[in-house]
Amino acid sequence: MLSPHNYKGKLIIVEGIDGSGKSTQIDLLYKWLKTHGKSVYFSEWNSSVLVKSTTKQGKKAKAFTPTTFSLLQATDFADRWENQMLPMLRAGVIVLADRYAFTAFARDVARGVDPEWVRNLYSFAPQPDLAFYFQVPVSVAVDRILSGRSTLKYYEAGMDLGLSDNKVTSFRLFQQRIINEYDQMIDEFGFTVIDGTLPVETQQKLIRKVVKREIYRWKGLPTPAIQARGRSGARLVEAEAQPAAEKTEAS
Amino acid sequence: MSRPLFYGAGFPYHKIKELPGKLIVLEGTDGVGRSTQINMLREWLEKQGMAVSDTGLRRSTLTQGGLDAAKSGHTLSRTTMNLFYATDFADRLENQILPAMKAGFIVLSDRYFYSIIARDVVRGADPVWARKVYGFALRPDIIFYLRADVQTLVTRMVHGRGFDYWESGMDIRCADNLYDSFLVYQTRLIEKFDEMADEYHFVTIDATLSPAAVFSEIQERIKTLLGLDPPLG
Repeated sequence: MLSPHNYKGKLIIVEGIDGSGKSTQIDLLYKWLKTHGKSVYFSEWNSSVLVKSTTKQGKKAKAFTPTTFSLLQATDFADRWENQMLPMLRAGVIVLADRYAFTAFARDVARGVDPEWVRNLYSFAPQPDLAFYFQVPVSVAVDRILSGRSTLKYYEAGMDLGLSDNKVTSFRLFQQRIINEYDQMIDEFGFTVIDGTLPVETQQKLIRKVVKREIYRWKGLPTPAIQARGRSGARLVEAEAQPAAEKTEAS
Repeated sequence: MSRPLFYGAGFPYHKIKELPGKLIVLEGTDGVGRSTQINMLREWLEKQGMAVSDTGLRRSTLTQGGLDAAKSGHTLSRTTMNLFYATDFADRLENQILPAMKAGFIVLSDRYFYSIIARDVVRGADPVWARKVYGFALRPDIIFYLRADVQTLVTRMVHGRGFDYWESGMDIRCADNLYDSFLVYQTRLIEKFDEMADEYHFVTIDATLSPAAVFSEIQERIKTLLGLDPPLG
């Protein structure tokens, strides 16, 4: 459905409902890639400065309809895509995104917009190289969220849908609808499914294995430190790197 | 009274059975005299005892502040701008136009999404993508396309509000000065409107005529649309 990209960089994204643990995992992945000398860029859903005031105002006034909510989030994504993610991918950077177009395909459709319509909105976004989907039962996600903070927010709980007057009940029903949409997308978009109920370290191990395979023998943009070492201390590095390079070639 | 028709899926979560009002759209490039005509129409329709509501582009309270701020900056990229305008349009359609039509109002819309598409496509947007974005849009009862050639527009601009940065398409720098950029940009827009005239069944009106002549042509069409009886005597 989404078209493949041929940018120099790698696009890795995480998806899942609130409380599925995806943000924790992408943060760990980010730090791991950085310590291994990769050029990494992180982008988060709904973080464009450009549309921030509009989002805030609309949420406060409860002025959104499913269509305007969907369009504004697409605007936010487009801004981050055109001004951040796309240039970074072209430069050869590993772009990590906490939520991607699939969030809209799941959440906006759960709110009642037409699935084809919302897929067209995001058709300028390419298929990621890796898409991790964190699968958890609603009960687990609800417990995690409610233990971390006291209240659910209006739109987060799907209160605009009028499913229930009780925020927690509404949240459960809304998130279950979103899960159903995500589950249907697993094959459509080739998600790598991660069991979000596993221990944090176990999940991270699985993720790193998949990412390692994806970037094996791939040359992205070097970090300034590695670039400098490659130039000024070329001889020194060469002497160190020689045995390793031979080993790689032999294997 | 008829069931509402949409260009695409409409608003699937929002079941609208009937819309007793009417949607009348005035389209055309900058300077063709849309607002003059809207004012005359409003006055005339109200004299006939009808409830009239008017709406224009970029008037949504939701997006007004954000759009103004975005336009004054330099980071507003193409797709972002396309979608921001679509958000604004959807907000006005759902929160102003549809409720007014449900209440039986005649809605006069100064521009509709056709203008936005023309502007988007001139700036490089995919025409098919842009049309699909507006799949939620209601089909108007009638669309008037006020058409004037570029030379007429230039005369009106010079003797009116002057050349404007956006109306001259200076954001895409069609030329190095406002006048030449205006010529190029507005010519391209007119081409896009002409292409849409058949596709969307525009009623094309020669806007180089006097405002009174344009008005009487529009009036005749609206009389037929609303089934207004010819005046007594």
